[in-house]
This record gives sequence, C-alpha cells and structure tokens, in this order.
Amino acid sequence: MTPEDGNGHGLHVGRRMRRKEDPPLIQGRAKYVDDIDVAGVLWAAFVRSPEAHARIASIDASAALARPGVHAVYTGADLDLEAGLPTAWVPPGVDVNAPVHWPLAKDAVKHVGDPVAVVVGEDRYAVVDAAEDVLVDYDPLPAVVDPEAALEGGDLVHESLGSNKVHEWSLGGDVESALEASEVVVERRFVNHRTSGAPIEPRGIIADYRAGELTVWSSTQVPHFLKLFLALQLGMTEDRVRVVAPDVGGGFGSKLQVYGEEILLAWASRRLSRPIKWIETRSENMATSHHGRDQIAYVKLGADRDGTLNALHVKIIADFGAYMMLLTPLIPSLGAFVMAGCYRWKAVRTDITGVMTNKMATDAIRGAGRPEATHYIEVMLDQLAAEIDVDRLELRRRNFIPKEDFPAETPVGIVYDSGDYHGTLDKLLTHFDPEAERGRTADGKLRGVGFSTWTEICGLAPSRATGPSGLGVQAGLMESALVRVHLTGSISVYTGTSPHGQGLETAFAQIVADRLGCDPQQIDVMHGDTSQGPWGLDTYGSRSLAVGGEAIARASAKVADKVRAIVAHKLEAAADDIELREGKFSVKGSPDTGLTLAEVAGMAYIPEDNLPEGMEPGLEELSFYDPENFVFPFGAHAAVVEVDPETGNVDLVRYLAVDDCGPAINPTLIEGQIHGGIVHAVGQALFEQVSYDENGQLETGSFVSYALPSAAELPSFETDRTETPSPVNSLGVKGVGEAGTIAASAAVTNAVIDALRPLGIDFMNMPLTPMRVWEAIQEKGGAPA
Amino acid sequence: MIPAEFDYVAPESLDAALAALREGGEDAKVLAGGHSLVPLMKLRLAAPALIVDLRRVPGLDGISEDGGTVRIGAMTRHHAVATAPRLGLAARAAATIADQQVRNRGTIGGTLAHGDPASDLPAVLVALEGAVVVRGERGERTIAGADLFQDYLTTALEQGEILTEVRLPAADGWGAGYAKFNRRVEDWAMVAVCAAVRKAPDGSCEDVRVGLTNMAGVPLRAGAVEAALRGRSLDPSAIAAAAEQAAEGTDPPADLNASADYKRHLARVLCRRALEEAAAAA
Repeated sequence: MTPEDGNGHGLHVGRRMRRKEDPPLIQGRAKYVDDIDVAGVLWAAFVRSPEAHARIASIDASAALARPGVHAVYTGADLDLEAGLPTAWVPPGVDVNAPVHWPLAKDAVKHVGDPVAVVVGEDRYAVVDAAEDVLVDYDPLPAVVDPEAALEGGDLVHESLGSNKVHEWSLGGDVESALEASEVVVERRFVNHRTSGAPIEPRGIIADYRAGELTVWSSTQVPHFLKLFLALQLGMTEDRVRVVAPDVGGGFGSKLQVYGEEILLAWASRRLSRPIKWIETRSENMATSHHGRDQIAYVKLGADRDGTLNALHVKIIADFGAYMMLLTPLIPSLGAFVMAGCYRWKAVRTDITGVMTNKMATDAIRGAGRPEATHYIEVMLDQLAAEIDVDRLELRRRNFIPKEDFPAETPVGIVYDSGDYHGTLDKLLTHFDPEAERGRTADGKLRGVGFSTWTEICGLAPSRATGPSGLGVQAGLMESALVRVHLTGSISVYTGTSPHGQGLETAFAQIVADRLGCDPQQIDVMHGDTSQGPWGLDTYGSRSLAVGGEAIARASAKVADKVRAIVAHKLEAAADDIELREGKFSVKGSPDTGLTLAEVAGMAYIPEDNLPEGMEPGLEELSFYDPENFVFPFGAHAAVVEVDPETGNVDLVRYLAVDDCGPAINPTLIEGQIHGGIVHAVGQALFEQVSYDENGQLETGSFVSYALPSAAELPSFETDRTETPSPVNSLGVKGVGEAGTIAASAAVTNAVIDALRPLGIDFMNMPLTPMRVWEAIQEKGGAPA
Repeated sequence: MIPAEFDYVAPESLDAALAALREGGEDAKVLAGGHSLVPLMKLRLAAPALIVDLRRVPGLDGISEDGGTVRIGAMTRHHAVATAPRLGLAARAAATIADQQVRNRGTIGGTLAHGDPASDLPAVLVALEGAVVVRGERGERTIAGADLFQDYLTTALEQGEILTEVRLPAADGWGAGYAKFNRRVEDWAMVAVCAAVRKAPDGSCEDVRVGLTNMAGVPLRAGAVEAALRGRSLDPSAIAAAAEQAAEGTDPPADLNASADYKRHLARVLCRRALEEAAAAA
C-alpha cells in the first residue's frame, strides 16, 4: 500500500520530504549528552540497592573516599533539599497516599536499583570502582510484589503510610443499571504487564553550577519541566537555570520525567563547584528508568444478543511501584478518558485503584494508559462477538459512532472532535481478505486474524481541561512558537516542544515554508534549549504537531500578515490583495511585480520609508497556543499470525494499518511513527516483559532477558491512511506518535486467540510467549496432530 | 557498562601468548572474538586482571582438510565456518549464531573454550565426535569433544592453556539438520538440536549423531535417539518415534523463558525436525 501523496495542502505540506535532521544522525555526527565535553568535569557513579526492600543499617564510604581522585561520596543523610521529588498531578477531590521520594534513599530502600549513594570523582572508570567500595549494610524487609495482595493488608511498602493503597479515582456515572438491563454480560480479568521504554540511548546528565547559574544537559523529553523543577528543588529562580536537551536517542515516555539523578547532580555540582557528568548504563536503565503499564483489570461488558453495546465497566488495579513519580497517578486515568473507544454506549465507567509495591515506579510509556484501555475494549469486543456469535467486524460497525455525530460526547464526558470509523475499517478491508488468511497451513500452523478499531485522546492539552480547575495537572500544557525571519530571509523557528526522533524539524519547516514562500531547507527549527525561545511544554502525549505545530502555523501566519502589509505598502495595493505565489508576495493578477521574503526582510530591518505608517521594524512573531480541545486520532488495524501448535511460537506474518491523524504534513513521518508504534505494541503482546520474581528481584536486567524485538522478528507493515480533519486546529491535524502503540496489542492478541480457538482456547493475556501459548494448549489437551 | 581495571597484551606469537598467560596466572584470560568475555566483563561478572588478545598470533586462523579431518584454526570467525564447504553440520549451526556482526567477530575457538551450553557449536563438537587441540607449557594435547565440557562455563582447558585448533570429521556423505528455538533470532538457544545422518545404499540410517543444546550445564548427546534410529528406516514415523527419546535422562534447568518440562518438550519436537532435515539432506 502506498498512501496518496500531495493532498493539495501546499507546496510542501502534505508531501513526502526526507528528514532534515537525519544527515548528522546517520553520519555519526549527532551530539548526545555523552558527546558533550565540559572542561573540569567530574564523573558520578551510583551505589544502588540490590535489595527489593530493606532498612539501611549502615553505610561505610571510607574505602571509596580513600581512593585517589574521589571528591565526594554523598548519601541520603547529606541531602539538604527542602522537598522530595515532584509529582505534577494529584487527582483533585480524592485522598492520595504518597511517600516522600528523595533522590538518595534515606533510612530504607524500596526497590532494586533505589539509589543509596553517589560517588563523585575525576575519572569515569575509577568512580565505578569506588562505588563498589561503598559498603552498605542492609536489614532485609519483606518485599511487596503482588499488587492485589498488597491491597489486602499485610506487609507495607512504606510503613509510615499505613497502607499500600495510593488512591481511588473514577470516571463515568452509574453503569450497574445498564449492565443489569443487558441480555449478555461478558467478564474477563486482564493482566496488562509491565514494560520498559528501552531507548537505545540511556539517560545522561551533565550539571554545571557556576557563578550562581545552573546549566544542565540531559537526555530528556522535557527540558522545560526539568528547568522548572530544578529551580523549585534547588531554591533558584528560573532565570538562573538553563536546561539543554541535545540530540536524544529515544524517549518513548521514559524521559518524560524529572529524575532524582537530575536533581542530585545539580545539587552536587553546586556543592562541589564543579560540573558533574553521569551516563546511565543499560543495567541501570532497565532497573531505574521508569516502567510502564502494569495493570490488572476486571472488565464487564454488557450487550444485547443482537450486538448492541450497552455498558462497559473497567476496574483497574494499577501497580505504581514504590514511589509516585512525575505523572504516575495520572497514567491509568488517561485510559479512562477513552474507555468508550469508537462505540456508542449507554454507560461507561472506570474505577482505578493505585497501589504501591517494591518495584520501580511506573509512569508514562508510549500511549500511557491508552494502550491498556484499547486492549481491554478491543479484546472484549471479540470476546462478546464469540459469545453471541455475531461477526466481530459487523459488531464493530453496528456500534461505531457514525461520522455525522461528531463532535460526539461520550458517556464519560469527553467530546471527540471528528471521526470516520467506518471509513478506516472499509479501507483496511480493501487491502486484504481476512477469511483467506485464516485456517491451518500445509505444515500444520494455525493462522488467525485479529482486529483493533481504536481511537485515543492526545494533543495534550487544553488548559481548561488539564489545569488546576480541571484535572488538576499543575501545568497549562499550551505551546509556544517564535518565527524569526533574518535580514537575508533565512528563518529560525523556536518551538517549545522537544523533538527527539519524531522528525518534527522537518514537519515544522514544511508548515513555515508554505506560509512564507521559502525552501524548508532554509529554515532552522531550534528546540531543546530553555535559554532560547519562550517557555514551552515539551514533547509527549502526541502533542508536538497538534499543539506545537499549530503554534508555529499561527506565528508564521502573523509573520505572513506583516509581510503582506509591507508588500501592500510598497506596491500601493490592499494587503488583502497580496498573495503568495511561486515564492513571491505579489498583487493578485500581477505576479511579475512581487517581492520575495528576503526582499521584504531587508525592508523590515532597514525601514527607511519601506514600512507602513506606525509599523514597528523587524520580522519575527510569537504565538502562544492553548487548544480548545484534545484531538482524537483513530484507525483500523489488523494482524495476521501463525501459531506453531507444537512449540507455541507465534509468528506475526502480516500487519495492516489504516490510520487517520487528519491531513498529512509529511506522509513519510507518519509512516515512521506508525511503524515504530506498532513495533512497540507487538513487543508488549509477544516479546517484552519487565519481570520481578516473588522476592522483588528484577529478572530482566538487560536486553538478553528483556526481549525487545528486532526487525528480524517482524514482517514489513502495510500502512494506509484516511484524512478526517480535526476542527480543533487550523492544520486539522491529530497526533500520531502513540497511535500504533495504542492500537496494536489488541489486534495481535485477538489474532492469536483467533488462531487458537480451534483448540478450545478463547482468551489469553499478554505476553503471548511460546511457553505460555504452549501451556495453554496443553491445558486444553494438546494440539491435534 | 564499565569493566573493572585490567591489563592488556596482544602477543605476536603463540609462545609469547603462553608466556603472558603464565605470568598472569589465574587472573589472566584469553581474548578471541570477545563476544562472550567482553559482555561478562562489562557487567563485572568477570574481572580478569590480564587480557591476552590472540588477534596478532599467526597461524590460528583458517580451515584446511587432512585425510577426512577438517582442521579449523581457533581464531576462525563464525562467518568463515558458516560459509565453508564440507563442514556440513558445523556450517549449518554456525550460520544461525546471533547476527552477522557477531558472526564476523566471534570465533569457533572462543565459543568452545567459553563452554556456554546455550551456544550453538559445543553440541556440534560433541555430536560429531570432534576434538580440540590445546597448547600449554607442557606442549600440545588433544581433548575429545566429549571430554571438553565439564560444567556450566567450565571446560577441561587448564590454566595457562590456549585452544589452538578444532578438528571435525569431514561431512562427506552426511546430511545435516539443525533446529534451534529462540524468541529472537539473535538470542541464545532456548533449546537446539543438531543432527547428522548418513544413509545406507537402501536409504536406511547407516549412522546418526544427535546433539542437544541448553538441555543441561553442558552440551549433551542424545544417545537413545541415535540407538533407536541407527540401522533402521528413516521414514517419518521412525524419525518421530526416535525423536520421542530426545529428552530421555535430561534434567534441564528452568529459566525465564522455559520450564524444564517445556524444554524437554521442545527437545523432542526439535529433534524430529532436525532429523527430518538431516535425512532429507543425506
């Protein structure tokens, strides 16, 4: 499948363009944190807990301190911070039971990898040796590992809190009456297991405090968040703190965080008056970069026998791990907002219980709550279809919110902006015949097909919805853009988003180029340095284009308005009659007399009598954009799997996806996001699991045991699009960074169950590893020869 | 991923390498391709004080044949083994090691001296009744494949010895089959079965060798399978019946991906598949 190119949006928007940011990345000339040298830098190494839960009886750092070149060893007792690490979202109106979280453990450790001490010294290698010399005496405490058992009482993660329960939070009204009135109620227990973000570049930090000013380079998705919290934690004013996110080698949500190491290095740099650097190892990344998912969900779906959906009730037990990090308690709630999926219901309700265990904290990992929600909805739809013997696609079609109903308010009070769910499913089915893909192969493999017709909520976020009077996130989540035309007509665009692999420099340049009549290659998109450009809200939640891109479009439009006014003045025409045509601003009907952007820029900076009366010189404009609503991308995905009934191995043989994220800015970038997103979810469905044993020991400490899939395990994906504009922004765009991840785990799981139904298996939880599939087959009496 | 401090030498002769090893004593380790040792060092699971790199030692690389025996220098890369003619089962198995980058660096001598029961070539050496040549201070000795692997990551090589050559029978007349099960193509085997079959003129099984990977702390030979098939028909039902005995007497350690029961089951399935492939190729 090749999506259509050139939707007539403009000379550049809507067309394929190679990523401007790629040449340095593929030539090895990118600049990651580890590539940055700061004169006089010291190195940090962390002493981390090997215990899941223990009291710290004593710490002896004397041997480490005695090593040559070691400047300091700090422990929790040395910290003089006023407050623990931040949680930006506290659900309003409910009690939240949260522990104080220090960058170094004080008195007790709560999970494997919990930092106990930091060694700072002159040599990158020697500090690691010295860290091994720090002797920590632990008194082990019982580890709380099972989240359901943790809610029943017994051992506590934090004794002072008196309970392992963090909070209860619900969205949606009464669902019981609609369930009772249903002819069929299907109930399932889901385990949506823990995963890692697994960026190929682990975290890295340099903190340099000098002369009252702090500069921090960090491999982060959120330099602005980090700047704010560094200032707050260290008692500094924001103007004295600069955070730089240089090239960032993947985040996937795991770098949407304010980590203790970031605060601690800044604190230690101030204390030692030296820059300090730390590069996370893969082992540290697996243990101490936040994890995602980890929910148990009890789901009830009520329907009538003709396939009319009535009610959905999802009770989620969310395993938050040992501490509340930046957005930990928010994550399951993001799923609750879209628990209606693409369907009409009488009632939908989500009840969330957060629980602490002796594991690394969970927080946002690509999709963040929405992959879990889609998984529950879409697997349940297939479960219902089998129960009432209605075709699973017919069931979906019968209950889709029809496109004429948009904007459509769901039973949970969220208003979907636009959608055409029939359209994406119809287009998906033009690309393959599901029935022809099913059945038994000549060599005895079982083939199954699974679908996921999904929507999600992204474009974070309208401040009215998320601010203090709304959901209570302590941030407006608006976005900024500054478009600066230089004297010669080249352009610098400053965005408050923080791209880290998405290709946004290219997409943003395309948007500006169309509005100002220039070559996208002449446009530099600047990001990730809080000392440049206005306050921004960074990159996560599929927000950068729908919010940040719209800000850029608006700032560009302001510049274009000024250009038109100058051209109108020079050509003695009305500004409304000036049009951009073939790279020139000219009077309609007289293209030969037009002026280029460079010519106008020269006039703007050397005003003489070039400018209309009263116009200020210069050519740059700022826009702050607070969206009216979220945006709701959607799509129809299908997976074809082949199960080897002898070994339990699942082979994903085809994956087809039709997505709708509004009009394309650059189809190549959309495909990149969709492909990567699908792999992320296929990883969860078939390969990846962060695993702790019953004692809270991490069993997946490296990529040997954490089975991140590679290209060799995957087919070439078949993608296509429809384009349903969002009314929320002028570009009509919706986010796409998380789409594939939100959609795909249900499609794969449904396909595996479809393949296994002939053996009597009608439900399975992820990860669908060979042994689990084989064991499920054995439970049903084994595979027929 | 920072290893503990170590010294490094790259001697230019085998004698110099042996001398360096002698000097380094029990804290010295030989480095061949580095794809087993270096990751262990980075995780600090191994912390040798001295690394003796064999990359400059002449004469340890290359494949030659000598009267029905193929001699493979210890520093021969997996890629060279995988693409060599007349190596049969060894080539078939080497072609599945991890990925191309690993095959371009990893060596046959390194993987055998490391003795990881989940890697591909140890079971091949045992099944084919190959041998390794080692050099030490007291001169040269030959260790039969069956005697090389003593325990998990433990071989019969003594301190100060260097594995210099691998000897395998030429594959003429033998069909090779290799069935490896793992979750990702670059993973070590959860279980693998290697099989070599030679047919009699009437198409029956004249001789057969079967090796098991990752079914114990050392590579195993599936003697019961061989006995059940040797001299018998190679039809599918005979192969299937023989393969049912693949896990006989094994007690594989469970791991994150596979219980002992599942490994034994996989051994039976993979044994049948390896034998079918070998019989078809013979």
